[in-house]
Amino acid sequence: MRKITYIQAVNEAFREEMRRDPKVFIMGEEVKVGVLGQTEGLFEEFGEEKVRNTPISEQGFVGAGIGAAGSGMRPIVDFMFGNFMYVAMDQLANQAAKLRYMSGGQVNFPMVFYTTTGDMGSTAAQHSDHPVAPFVNMPLLKIVLPSTPYDAKGLLKSAIRDDNPIIFFEEVTLGGIKGDVPEEEYLISIGKGDIKRSGKDVTVVAVGCMAPQALSAAEKLQKEGISVEVADPRTIVPLDKEIILNSVKKTGRLVICEDAPRLCSFASEVSATISEDGFSYLKAPIKRVTREHVPLPFSSPMTEFVLPNESKIIDAIKEALRYENKTR
Amino acid sequence: MSLMNEELVLMYRKMLTIRAFEEEASELFWKGEILGLLHVSIGEEAVPVGACTNLLPEDHITSTHRGHGDIIGKGADPKYMFAELYGKKTGYCKGRGGSMHIADYSLGIIGANGIVGAGIPISTGSALAQKMLGTRNVTVCFFGDGASNQGTFHESLNLAAIWKLPVIFVCKNNQYGMWTSASYAVSVRDVSERAKGYGIPGVTVDGNDVTAVYEAVHEAVERARNGDGPSLIECKTYRWHGHMEGEEAYGWVYRSPEEAEEWKKRCPILRLEKELLSRGILTEAQVKEIREEAKNEIEEAVKFAEESPLPEPEDAVADLFAGGEE
Ligand SMILES: Cc1ncc(C[n+]2csc(CCOP(=O)(O)OP(=O)(O)O)c2C)c(N)n1
Ligand SMILES: [Mg+2]
Repeated sequence: MRKITYIQAVNEAFREEMRRDPKVFIMGEEVKVGVLGQTEGLFEEFGEEKVRNTPISEQGFVGAGIGAAGSGMRPIVDFMFGNFMYVAMDQLANQAAKLRYMSGGQVNFPMVFYTTTGDMGSTAAQHSDHPVAPFVNMPLLKIVLPSTPYDAKGLLKSAIRDDNPIIFFEEVTLGGIKGDVPEEEYLISIGKGDIKRSGKDVTVVAVGCMAPQALSAAEKLQKEGISVEVADPRTIVPLDKEIILNSVKKTGRLVICEDAPRLCSFASEVSATISEDGFSYLKAPIKRVTREHVPLPFSSPMTEFVLPNESKIIDAIKEALRYENKTR
Repeated sequence: MSLMNEELVLMYRKMLTIRAFEEEASELFWKGEILGLLHVSIGEEAVPVGACTNLLPEDHITSTHRGHGDIIGKGADPKYMFAELYGKKTGYCKGRGGSMHIADYSLGIIGANGIVGAGIPISTGSALAQKMLGTRNVTVCFFGDGASNQGTFHESLNLAAIWKLPVIFVCKNNQYGMWTSASYAVSVRDVSERAKGYGIPGVTVDGNDVTAVYEAVHEAVERARNGDGPSLIECKTYRWHGHMEGEEAYGWVYRSPEEAEEWKKRCPILRLEKELLSRGILTEAQVKEIREEAKNEIEEAVKFAEESPLPEPEDAVADLFAGGEE
């Protein structure tokens, strides 16, 4: 099969959906060029109406996106960096997430908030967040965080067609990785996870940039005779709980990996959910592999200490396997 | 563009509806019938009525926490508004919004808003959609003097200007944002001066003169429909009541009784009423009749609201996503 990069997959999804539906348009700072190439060629093809460069006015253009969505268009609003979402927090938290609900369901806001997330490398704390958890805690925002070019394209196309506001997080560190993407059109359902590797000893739930690292850890552990199952929910909200529960039922052990601060993280949420709904399957306490709970520091020795990585995943898996319940 | 007599009478009638609605709402609040926050715009009725008289049903408005007047101005039925204030299932938002969040998209009322300044970019986006969809519809954005200090105001004026969007920014300068006077909080004497910074027309009018508001907005609507872009219209007015009902409990004294008395002498409704009488458009008897009509309309609306059912508790977790997913 054809191999393209994650960014190319995103770019194809934008192009195909804009060709398919004239109501789809994209706006944000520098979308004309596309800081990472995600909008490459779109300006040339669709023009400045549909590929709309905005001033540096997050509140303004996010609100404008919401207004346009509620009035018949299907905007894609590009934040450039996940951290910039905070500038427009009111528009996201109080408006996009709530307006349909608060109006008694009178009107839909079909729109995608698209942004890159994560640390490109020493970008320091104001350009490196995965602001996933704050939005998980805002009911009714759907959230997607794919880990492969295939998933990125299929989920982005579905997100653009969905009638709800959806945050699409694009993993900045995965932008250049290549993967199989068919030529022909396909969609991936929002809210469906994927088993990226099957195994029987331990379940690793890994989202975004953590998924390839978990797969690589699994590969290494295979040589030590440890069989790791890697589940990627792909969609954060709504969460595919079943895929995780079924896996834990089989393995009895769970490690959750997320590149975000630890407290009240998505990992915490998955842990709580499985504790509640899958307690009887568990042979060991659930482990979380996350960032340390600090802003990401600039200097690399500190950065490495804070970020989750493959060896931290391996350690957590081994700990989960070593655990024996002495009270049983 | 001068107003016909019938139009003047309709405007008079609408202002009376707003006044009666808010006087009633205030009373119900003090009786404990209406919960939550209640902001009334008594004294400011000429602005929404003057502005909305220029609009077609398919035109849009956005409003604020002090939005009853705007919403009635654009054609909302006080029945469903009161039901919303009462948190009833029959309310415009099925009881999910309340006083600050009334919307009726079918009437072009694309939402009041509890966040100061948040409706401004949304109105801008609505206008963007009109332009992109190739309609000749316009959007009127109502907001306060306080909101003109929000980034959203400045960002939206700039966006609307560079994209030449069919939006009319109507600032109700009622002299105060909560308990802080505009003369302190706003850097310019007239909010309309801020239009200069964005290269769009800006005018200030007497917001208690419904004809003056009508005419200023008329010109701006024409401009917008013809593709000539946005305008900023500042309407100087005054809210007779506090920022919110019940604020007296705080014991704030932030404006003098004399000031309030001065403004009450310039009541926008009495002003138009006098004109209608002196020009012989209405007789004393007709005035009385119209006033009675407005009162009855509100009484019936309250009755409807009172008799309406409350939502089921489970309604809170129903209809969460488009497409019927739970
Ligand atoms: C973002 C935000 N900050 C503060 C408030 C609290 N607040 C509600 S109304 C108001 C004053 C608004 O003043 P203005 O825009 O002049 O409107 P007015 O109340 O005079 O109609 C404030 C500060 C809010 N609702 N939202
Ligand atoms: Mg004010």
